[in-house]
Amino acid sequence: MEAIKTVGLTKYYGKARGVENLDLTVEQGEFFGFIGPNGAGKSTTIRTLLGLIAPSSGSASVLGMDVTKDRTAILRETGYLPSEAVFYGGMRVREVLKLSADLRGRDCAAEAARLCERLQLDPTAKVGALSYGNRKKVGIVCALQACPKLLILDEPTGGLDPLMQREFFNILRERNEAGTTVFLSSHVLSEVQRNCARAAVIRAGRVVACDSVEALASAGAKRVTVHGAVDLSGLEGVRDRKDVGEAVSFLYSGGMEALLKTLAAGQVTDLNISEPDLEELFLHFYEGGAEQ
Amino acid sequence: MTIVKHELRLNRVAFWIWSGVLAFLLAVCVFLYPEMKGEMDQMGDLFASMGSFTEAFGMDKLNFGTLIGYYAVECGNTLGLGGAFFAALTAAAALCGEERNKTAEFLLTHPVSRTRIAAEKLISVLLRMVAMNLVVFAVSAASVAAIGEEIPWKELCLLHLAHCLMTLEIAGICFGLSAFLRGGSAAVGLGVAVLFYVMNLFANITEKLSFLKYLSPFAYCDGGSIVADGKLDWPKVAIGLGIAAAAVIAAFWYYPRKDIH
Repeated sequence: MEAIKTVGLTKYYGKARGVENLDLTVEQGEFFGFIGPNGAGKSTTIRTLLGLIAPSSGSASVLGMDVTKDRTAILRETGYLPSEAVFYGGMRVREVLKLSADLRGRDCAAEAARLCERLQLDPTAKVGALSYGNRKKVGIVCALQACPKLLILDEPTGGLDPLMQREFFNILRERNEAGTTVFLSSHVLSEVQRNCARAAVIRAGRVVACDSVEALASAGAKRVTVHGAVDLSGLEGVRDRKDVGEAVSFLYSGGMEALLKTLAAGQVTDLNISEPDLEELFLHFYEGGAEQ
Repeated sequence: MTIVKHELRLNRVAFWIWSGVLAFLLAVCVFLYPEMKGEMDQMGDLFASMGSFTEAFGMDKLNFGTLIGYYAVECGNTLGLGGAFFAALTAAAALCGEERNKTAEFLLTHPVSRTRIAAEKLISVLLRMVAMNLVVFAVSAASVAAIGEEIPWKELCLLHLAHCLMTLEIAGICFGLSAFLRGGSAAVGLGVAVLFYVMNLFANITEKLSFLKYLSPFAYCDGGSIVADGKLDWPKVAIGLGIAAAAVIAAFWYYPRKDIH
């Protein structure tokens, strides 16, 4: 059974596009990255999965349950960390965590205490007086304390210092190894590349690529840097070309033979062929180079 | 009942401020009565001779020389408007306040149905309305006893019952609106309360607009009629509570379908 499945999911806010014909499948037990620029439709997708908004057309299911019909049952199995965690003013951290547990009808005091200790969160602090990062920690504990089957995390690391980010991802990896599906929405590529096994890239409301992080990063493309004089005009599959002095650097997704022939025909003094990182790929998707 | 408890706790300061201020104002009115008593006969003549102004505020049917006559006017002014504002502000923010304060993402992503959230929030609003009216009633009755007057139980109970029903009606209507609003609930709530108040004034002044009495809850809170008739105007109460019930039903229909931004 898929943890998340959307088929032709479309959401319009009046005339404004949220997502359009979005197809996405996340298997249970995956650590899945969801990457895209601001306004691409990441939050719209997440809000639909959580039943906060209803799809305009298409369908979406979470853990095999329909997002419009089985909202409460889905939420029982799902922990959600919003990008901007806001709580009721005047309450203490401990009270917010207790409220969240009570709303789930669970006693999560022991797990909450463990998480607070690992994240160095003071349960007696007033939530109104907390910094952005500490509010984020309250959101993290709320999402994780009931040990849900699925974690949906929207820009989870904003405000967390590097040490805390590391501890947070340690916790997520432990949960993932224990069987929890993690759906991580982010525009911080390095954290997706480091932590996720598979990822989808969303741009302008559509999934433009979905594959393992390794495959996405290479996507058949190599970063080629050539020093010397070569004529690339006849070569197919060249993009993101940068000319620096006598060197030329480009992403290449064509056949190796064609590349070697072209290089052999020129005057090459130095050559470097490497795997591109996700960042490069991501910028490429941002710039709309590939509508796959 | 997690949400009822949470709501009561979250709003306890506002509740005690409103209840305390309204009870204090009514107590002050009652404590001023012994001093005003002697002058009341002349004042009564004055109030009775202000033409349509007198009628607008329902002072044409009251005897200012008696405690209950005096109290009915003060109660109408203080508890009437104050209670209506408290009800309107409280209920109008009940559902949409979560969106405005951005806490909706927290509350609505827990496994609680929207219907249950709406129901518990409504219960919490209604409990606060009844509790506020009880606090004010208790303080008023104690104040009357404290100045050594005999407590006119029947009239006092009827007056406070009418005002309690009015706050429940306005709360119901504003709760209904709250499901449809996204922000600016205070303005809408106060607008509803003031609209009803003005509707009642117009209905009292001209015959042509007297039908407005059936729409404004202030009409069945008219102290003059309650004291003179010794009973509430139940048909008007029934219409009012009917309107409130319709608004609440609309909220329960719409809220589970609402897109939360």
